[in-house]
Amino acid sequence: MTTQTSSIPLTALRRKKPNSQAWIGYLFILPAIIGFVVFYLYPALHGLQISFTDWNLLSDPKSVGLANYNEALHDPKFWSALWITVKYVLWNLPLQTLLSILLAVAMDRLVKSMFIKGLIILPYLLSSVLVAMIFLWMLDPLLGIINQWLDATPIGKQAFFTSTDQAIPTIALINIWKHMGFNALLFYAGIQAIPRTVYEAASIDGATEWTVFWRITLPLLRPVSVFVLVTSLIGSFQIFDTVAVTTQGGPVDSTKVLVYYIYQNAFSFFRMGYATAMSMLLFGLLVVFTLLQLRFLRANESDLD
Amino acid sequence: MTTVPSSSHVPIRRKPFSPGRALAWAGLILIIFVSVFPIFIVLKTALTSSRQLYAEAASLWPSQPTLINFERVLGLVTPEQAQAAGGSGSSVSFLTSTKNSVVFTALIVVFQTLFSSMAAYAFARLKFPGRDAIFTAFLISLMIPGIVLSIPNFITIKNLGWLNSMPGMVAPFFLMSPFAVFFLRQFFLSLPKETEEAAFLDGASPFTIFWRITLPMSQGPIVTLAILTTIGMWNEFFWPFLIAKDEASYTLPVALQVFKTQTPQGTPDWTGLMAGTFIAIIPVFVLLIAMGRRVVESLAFSGTK
Repeated sequence: MTTQTSSIPLTALRRKKPNSQAWIGYLFILPAIIGFVVFYLYPALHGLQISFTDWNLLSDPKSVGLANYNEALHDPKFWSALWITVKYVLWNLPLQTLLSILLAVAMDRLVKSMFIKGLIILPYLLSSVLVAMIFLWMLDPLLGIINQWLDATPIGKQAFFTSTDQAIPTIALINIWKHMGFNALLFYAGIQAIPRTVYEAASIDGATEWTVFWRITLPLLRPVSVFVLVTSLIGSFQIFDTVAVTTQGGPVDSTKVLVYYIYQNAFSFFRMGYATAMSMLLFGLLVVFTLLQLRFLRANESDLD
Repeated sequence: MTTVPSSSHVPIRRKPFSPGRALAWAGLILIIFVSVFPIFIVLKTALTSSRQLYAEAASLWPSQPTLINFERVLGLVTPEQAQAAGGSGSSVSFLTSTKNSVVFTALIVVFQTLFSSMAAYAFARLKFPGRDAIFTAFLISLMIPGIVLSIPNFITIKNLGWLNSMPGMVAPFFLMSPFAVFFLRQFFLSLPKETEEAAFLDGASPFTIFWRITLPMSQGPIVTLAILTTIGMWNEFFWPFLIAKDEASYTLPVALQVFKTQTPQGTPDWTGLMAGTFIAIIPVFVLLIAMGRRVVESLAFSGTK
């Protein structure tokens, strides 16, 4: 005599719910999926495919294998563009990060008012085009107010955008102007997250402001620092808008950064294959940077744990 | 007499007025000045008549402030009057461009936020095959540099016949943004499930739950996202620059750049340019004044994800 437990297997019970939810799920993500496929997935793959061709948009694409990549790696203008971009990043990133952290500490200690915070982030709210226009005017060799003032000092008028030496640092400086407040805000939020008890303990132990900053604040800001550094590195490597508005790659190609060179190849020379190949190289480079930075800065550990 | 034992609180020391603090204050004031002064110069120049520009290049306020520059760039005066006042004969109308920017920004903010929040809800609360894989794909697309996608996207828009049109400019941003989906999904995950589950047991459909419960509970992050998207799209330059080809389609940043390049002898129409720049800054001011606290918090929050 066998006893039959008339239990319906659980799997039969469960099978109904996820299925009936599935189509709802797909419906919810439908617009986003369309957007993703059409403007992210397909372009990424299409771009890769174009990079293996020679194509000028008018005639049919001609398959050339790795020729574009080969050409890029042997193109002195490509390496020059890369080097100019690196120069820009070297001028921009360290100074910007340093100033942002100092500003954040100053904000934390001295500022309570939302009005002042608003003033500090004002530059970030402006389009990069606006920022470029503003400084194109202020740094104008003839009429710009900065040069009018410098004229009265021993330094004298400077060429800024019109000098092959000064152009890249100038562009770096105006982007620091634009981003300093925003990055300071991020660091400020990070500092706010540090428990006050840590500072109180340090204060009891008689630590100076400098020691507190160096030994406590900075290490505890590591997750925020990593985020700021990685996003700033990725962002500054792709500098374009400012160059397009102020110098268009000049004077004498001294500001022809990588994305500008790619843009020229695509939309001035109509070498779509070559341009997309270089953009793929840029992509690879940024991925490598990100991985290196994350490993180097041990982003996964927070010293508070 | 019982003496209250001295409590264990640390006596609060007033921070002494140290040279370090004075230095910090000096630095902070300098940075605030540097952040705000350029915008002041924009206004000063915009109010200066072209005739006075050279003579008053070093002064801080025009001797005879005039609104003619604003009238010129907004297309409110005849071409003869404009040229007489120093205009370059540029046909760019900032009135049209402002309208285009408003439409561009509004369309994207409304629909991108809507569709992204739907997708975020699905990723956070609904189950369907491939859910996590698709979400991971969205995340990866965050890392792709803009230039890699822009060239193929340009070709897509060209093939759709949408070059130089609002649909063409809006298209890549309209349906979703990976950041928006990620941002909202993280937030939805953190919402307590009880209310939603209760509604589900009462027979409410996921649509109803999403619309009547989840969204109202998420006003904060959605406003934050909307602010970030508004700022980003109002200031967007590269994509509209690629797509818009005549004055009727330009958004403000593009109009400014074109205006600057439309000069007969190479000396830009500085007063007109600064008037246009100031017009572009006004909405940012309005946003800051109206929602300053929200803006600052939104920007800070965008870094702590």
